[in-house]
Amino acid sequence: MIDTAGPKAPAASSRPPLLDRRSLTRVTVIAVLLLLAIFALPPLMSGYYTDTMTQVAIYSIVTLGLGLLVGRVGLYSLGQLAVLMIGAWVGARLLFATSQPYILVLIEAGLVTAIIGSLITLPALRLRGLYFALITLMLAGAVIVVAATLNFPNGGGGFSGYNGALLHIPQIRRPSYAGTDPAFYRFSVIVAIVMFLLVFAHLRTRPGRTWAAIKQSEPAALAAGINTTVYKLWALALAAFVTGVAGALLAGADRELFSIDFPIQNSISLLAVVLMGGAFSLVGAVIAGFLQAFLPAVLQIWGVSNDWLIILFGLGVMQVLATAPGGVADQFPKDMRRLYRLISRLWRRTAKPAEQGGDGA
Amino acid sequence: MIEVKDLTVRYGGVASLDGMSLTFDRGVCGLIGPNGAGKTTFFNVLSGFVRPASGTVNAFGDNLLRMAHYRRARWGVRRTFQTEQAISDLTVYDNVAMIHSRLRGAARREDVLNSIAFVGGGISPWAKVGSLTAGQRRLVEVARAVTGKPRLILLDEPAAGLPDAETAHLTSVIRAIPEQTGALTILVDHDMALVSAVCATAAVLDFGKLIASGPTAAVLRDEHVMRAYLGTAEV
Repeated sequence: MIDTAGPKAPAASSRPPLLDRRSLTRVTVIAVLLLLAIFALPPLMSGYYTDTMTQVAIYSIVTLGLGLLVGRVGLYSLGQLAVLMIGAWVGARLLFATSQPYILVLIEAGLVTAIIGSLITLPALRLRGLYFALITLMLAGAVIVVAATLNFPNGGGGFSGYNGALLHIPQIRRPSYAGTDPAFYRFSVIVAIVMFLLVFAHLRTRPGRTWAAIKQSEPAALAAGINTTVYKLWALALAAFVTGVAGALLAGADRELFSIDFPIQNSISLLAVVLMGGAFSLVGAVIAGFLQAFLPAVLQIWGVSNDWLIILFGLGVMQVLATAPGGVADQFPKDMRRLYRLISRLWRRTAKPAEQGGDGA
Repeated sequence: MIEVKDLTVRYGGVASLDGMSLTFDRGVCGLIGPNGAGKTTFFNVLSGFVRPASGTVNAFGDNLLRMAHYRRARWGVRRTFQTEQAISDLTVYDNVAMIHSRLRGAARREDVLNSIAFVGGGISPWAKVGSLTAGQRRLVEVARAVTGKPRLILLDEPAAGLPDAETAHLTSVIRAIPEQTGALTILVDHDMALVSAVCATAAVLDFGKLIASGPTAAVLRDEHVMRAYLGTAEV
């Protein structure tokens, strides 16, 4: 009900503080977890888990990019694996061909991937929903075919940097300060943090607000004078940039790249984990990174077949679509609150009869 | 002033607008007609979502149809939608500030806050639109329409589905729009009480054809109009 005679919007000129108490707690918790991940975790982990956690950091960046497209702009891309491949290829090629600092290579790989990635998705931009998903899957298929023919650079010469006759294959180099596995893990986490901050900055400013408008109502955005094509392209380019950086990071993490490391079904599982983790939040991207890179590694150690994972993901996506559209990142806190309420109600119920019983005795 | 000449829009074999010629002068003008008469199509032509088969629209000396749709907001076209399109994830302020505006910095901020205060309804600029009532969301859309120096405001059934008290509030807001903004406002609505309360002139569409126009009271008494609305048999 509208307060028709009421005063004009009270305290209209003072914007609420950027950090209220709840978000301050949240920022603190996240900061502590990140510090633990960087400093406390590496000495505790075996080589296997160090590698796995490096992959988690890298794939969190990939799911960050895909989550941006799916959750913020409403573009269901199945082509992010191909974008990752492009980033990895460019990163590996630059690392073999030049002696530039690793960070510079990361940025260059990101930029090249952003250009190529948005150019190939440009024709699909007029489509939405299922059609966009299908077209991007086809494009991913095409890129994978090209990559399989071209091969990943292995220290050879020429444009492709591949020489099938090499007997001794040099490893892809790492930065001098992150040569060991634990050091490279730390480096990956820090790069991931920077990428998350980059996306966060976008979401909190004009592009983020514009994407929200485009996602809910393209007509309203157009009527407001927003050039929706430019902003969609911007989102695609940003997602491709961070994914390209992740690809170049992957080159250093794996030290040797093969096209069979990028099976096309991963293109689909990436979308599945993003939906399950939660496409609408940045925490969801981290959860998705764990689902994509950590879960398979753990299952392998437990000797569980990878096929179970596909079944699990299928069930997970169905569950998300049916009951929890916000994914784990949204549902888990809700469930915890519900559990807390349930327990406190049970506690009160059991406490009361006990008191009464005490009186009667 | 907006001069529409011979405007025709076809969807396949159906002429949604059939050679419509009309001049909107100033103030709030009503555009009424039964469902499917072509009112929303006319708005879609003006905001650039639909390309007409023929015809011209001269708006304050500019050829509106030659502009790309997203440029028309910069020129000064604003519109609301039949199904309200306020963005739930954003605050009221961000919803209104979404409009492309030439104003920058403090002037823009003041303009946006003024527009929100203008529509009233006790809406805080910092509230999430998702937390507002249906009536308040309508008002947010109206605030979006009056911000950033508009020249032509198109209101597509702003009172649809609102209870009487909220419609009364909306009526006073719409009536104040020309004074607040100086913009020419075209109102489409089925609520004849609203139309006669705010519109000095009105035009009536039926099956894509203009069947009457002029002072609102006279138009509403026109026998062709009554027939179009009530379906009276041919006399």
